[in-house]
Amino acid sequence: MRDFSYLRAGSIDAARQAAALPGAMLLAGGTTLIDLAKCGVAEPETLVDITHLKGLDSIEVSERGATIGTLAKMGHVADHADIKSRFPAVSEALWQAASAQIRNMATIGGNLMQRTRCPYFRDPSNFPACNKREPGSGCSAIGGVTRGHAVLGTSDACIAMYPGDLAVALVAFDAIVHLGQRQIPVDDFFLLPGATPDKEHAIEPGEMITAIEIPSLASARRSTYLKIRDRQSYEFAAASAAVGIEFEADGRTIRDLRVALGGVATKPWRARAVEDALKGKVLEPDAVRAASLLAVEGAVDHGANHYKIELAPRVVARAILKMGETA
Amino acid sequence: MTLELSLNQQPAHARQGSSIGQPLTRRDGFLKVTGAARYAADNHPPGMLYAVLAVSSIARGRVAALDVEAAKAHHGVVEVMTPKNRPALAADPDAKDHPFMFRLDLLQNDQVRYPNQSIAVVIAETLEAATEGAALLSPRYESLPARVGLDGAESFVPRGVGIGSPAVHHKGDVEVGLKSAKTRIEATYETPAQYHNAMEPHAIVVAWDGDRLSIDTPSQGLAMAQGRIAGLFGIAPENIHIRSPFLGGGFGSKGMISGPQVLGILAARLVGRPVKLVLRREQMYGPVGHRAPTRQTLRMGMDGEGRLTAIDHHARTASSTFDDFFEPAADASHTLYASPAIATSHDAVRLDTGTPLFMRAPGEATGSIALESAIDEAAHACGMDPLEFRLRNYAEVEPMTGKPFSSKALRECYRQAAETFGWASRPLQPRLMRDADGFLTGWGMGTATFPAIMFQAEAHAVLRADGSGLMETGAQDMGQGAWTAFAQIAADGLGLDIDRVEFRAGSSDLPNAGIAGGSGHTATAGMAIHNAGAAVIARLADLATGNEASPLFGAGNEGVLARGGRLYRRDDESRGESYAEILTRAGLTEIEGHGKGAPDPASQETYAKHAHGAVFAEVKVDPDFGQIRVTRLVGAFAAGRVINPRLVRSQYYGGMIWGISFALHEEAITDRRSGRIQNANLAEYHVPVNADVPSVEALLVHEDDPYVNALGIKGVGEIGITGTAGAVANAVWHATGVRPRRFPIRIEDLLG
Repeated sequence: MRDFSYLRAGSIDAARQAAALPGAMLLAGGTTLIDLAKCGVAEPETLVDITHLKGLDSIEVSERGATIGTLAKMGHVADHADIKSRFPAVSEALWQAASAQIRNMATIGGNLMQRTRCPYFRDPSNFPACNKREPGSGCSAIGGVTRGHAVLGTSDACIAMYPGDLAVALVAFDAIVHLGQRQIPVDDFFLLPGATPDKEHAIEPGEMITAIEIPSLASARRSTYLKIRDRQSYEFAAASAAVGIEFEADGRTIRDLRVALGGVATKPWRARAVEDALKGKVLEPDAVRAASLLAVEGAVDHGANHYKIELAPRVVARAILKMGETA
Repeated sequence: MTLELSLNQQPAHARQGSSIGQPLTRRDGFLKVTGAARYAADNHPPGMLYAVLAVSSIARGRVAALDVEAAKAHHGVVEVMTPKNRPALAADPDAKDHPFMFRLDLLQNDQVRYPNQSIAVVIAETLEAATEGAALLSPRYESLPARVGLDGAESFVPRGVGIGSPAVHHKGDVEVGLKSAKTRIEATYETPAQYHNAMEPHAIVVAWDGDRLSIDTPSQGLAMAQGRIAGLFGIAPENIHIRSPFLGGGFGSKGMISGPQVLGILAARLVGRPVKLVLRREQMYGPVGHRAPTRQTLRMGMDGEGRLTAIDHHARTASSTFDDFFEPAADASHTLYASPAIATSHDAVRLDTGTPLFMRAPGEATGSIALESAIDEAAHACGMDPLEFRLRNYAEVEPMTGKPFSSKALRECYRQAAETFGWASRPLQPRLMRDADGFLTGWGMGTATFPAIMFQAEAHAVLRADGSGLMETGAQDMGQGAWTAFAQIAADGLGLDIDRVEFRAGSSDLPNAGIAGGSGHTATAGMAIHNAGAAVIARLADLATGNEASPLFGAGNEGVLARGGRLYRRDDESRGESYAEILTRAGLTEIEGHGKGAPDPASQETYAKHAHGAVFAEVKVDPDFGQIRVTRLVGAFAAGRVINPRLVRSQYYGGMIWGISFALHEEAITDRRSGRIQNANLAEYHVPVNADVPSVEALLVHEDDPYVNALGIKGVGEIGITGTAGAVANAVWHATGVRPRRFPIRIEDLLG
């Protein structure tokens, strides 16, 4: 077998230091990392197990917002009463992600670090070219099987889709990633592929996600996550939308609107153009549908994924109208 | 064997009288839910090593180099088997002595003919070391462009399709029929390549002892596997002992022993120690058979009353470059709908894939989805309800041959399923039904059919002086419930309560029970069991009726009944005695009998024999997203005598769910440049999850068939997938007005 070292970190600082060493990777729920190790993508020399660290799995909700420890399980967060009532889109995104078995193992920090399902990325022995794995080696996906690839945020170097659900909701509500000392908006935490698709997150060696903070927002309280896919469960999104809305006192005029897309982009995709087009307006179906088309402005397809460009605005519009109806 | 003991230690079912027809739960269920059931890969003989396949990255070409030294240098690696050191075989793996023999990739040379073909085997002390050793081989290839897709090579008309069916059939003149028609339709449907994904991947544990072989491996055909291995290794079949008590699903992929399984045997011979080899999920996408893609064009003509005047069904399919298996899709039009003119034809291309093989209802499933879609289109073109149209074209005799059916309760299937489903209130036009949530709602139907096939089987029965019985046959339980259904037949055949019968199966040292395939296992091995029981009871009756001390003396063999461990006089049931009394008086510890199961050639010549069914589906489609959900399925099936209604219903459920899978989910997606399948895993090769099958109902329609066999059994293993896939597709049309012509139906097909 391929040897690697296994360390059990005694403290957050110890974990950070160990993870800073070359070839070291943090191990939490393992649902992504072990899978990637099996298909030869992840080749850690050292696994730093953080699952036994105390105090990192809490879920605290107050008037100011929610703080979710990095080791909180997806399933626990999804089922947390205050998350459900104050951040329904977050709970719904988690409930529709993966399978019950995976949600019971996978952690929130690990969820943010999950990697693309691009089949070329995941198959190094048969497709050596992948700029995400080996910078400069090329992209096998372009010209290949692309039904599940991104139409937004792509580059000549990479069209791999960001597969997650939770982060889509987090991006909509300006969540903050806590990296110990440093804090960074989740939208900035995920990087566009550009010329360096190997660099996916704004996290440096020696840093570790310790918590996610979601500020309290009226739009988050009235929010939803709508995920469309061929199969009812255990499938990545064909297109998804996290939407939150806050009305003026008249109950019709949009004071705040949050829109983010999943299943269509190289990172969790905030659709500010849609938000800006509708903020200050009265919620009205035709206007919503027209504005939703802005969600895919600049989209580029690679053949089989063209349908996502058609689908995504419809998902956004439905989610906005659904939130409007609950007035 | 411990297996039979533990099976017979299960709590007895408190019940008297006939076992056949009782809804017994699986006798092996307790073992399975407690994890005690031993599957092939659960075996670990002392000294066992682990073998891992190295498989080809490319689709076509040759292996130019393998770094065997690097693999062998890895800690724990014992040996690397390549074409250079692979032990000699007594037969050429590329030889094909008969159509039912398929060519195997056994490292006979450095050629690569499909992706995931075995190119080496690494044998090590641990699974991890063998896995890493395989990775260290770092193969270099000389590759040629892959031939991919139904237009990827020059087409030709194969000599035969399926197993020996001519590629072209016709009766009457379809061109005349089409010309005379008042209404015509023509449509082309595409079905994708589908790959076997049984929960249990192919696995083998092998131990050699000189020229004797001990094997644990899942097999749908123990004697065939034994014969194939014997031929390849030049040893006597009786020197090969294969145990296959349980299969974690077969579906045709374990009908014949696959190349990787034989490589496990070779690996064990090479290293002189027991070896285990288990395929990884992605390694199943190549060497173990698959369902080939098809492109089917149907032309139909109808007269002014909606009667078919012609059916023309053409199918393009694909085989590998090195062997012949052609999905007989167009043959689906031979048996269902009456028409004065029917033509079916096939052509094919050769692609750089593993050889396609049997996959649950091979030909029937692919053909059915196209035929049932076309029938739906034809009904609509005639302005008729699809059920009414099917009844108008109901076949009273088998359309292609004119033979009468041995039995056919299809009308009753239509009636019961339609009534249960509520079909009568269906609007004729599409896109007229919406539910309270705004989903487009559609209702569709399909006719199910599958031939009632029998093979050859033998069984051995014993009655013991303690009044218990033993029934032995090398039958295979693929998860369908053979352990239970066969024990029920054995109990009735022996005239014993089921808890007094020891039933042995799943081992090659038992009488040959033929293949668990073609939906014919229950009929075939069941008849062997039934006849073995009759034979031993006849001997018992001879002992009793010929002995003056017996109350049955002089009754004659025909004059006695066997029931509950006793023989009775037929004309006076107060006179009888127990099996134990008869054997004890005769001074015998046990008596035995043998039985065979086989098709009756005379009735085969006279009758068309098929099971039938009707499936009704409701789908809901989101009008904006094209997201399809099957909200309801109701099927009614008539398949002769039902041995165990609980197990039969489960078979129908499984088939119907696979029908949903066919219509909406399953597809192997190939990278056209490399020829590799890009979704060779269960996250992305989709089958329905529980949430996709919220309501499935299967009705068992009574049917007596005096001709198929003495037990009246047809077979239920494959019929459920037929009819269902078309019903779902037709429901999607009824919901949306969009006619699916490509399967599986995806979101993008309905976005509009």
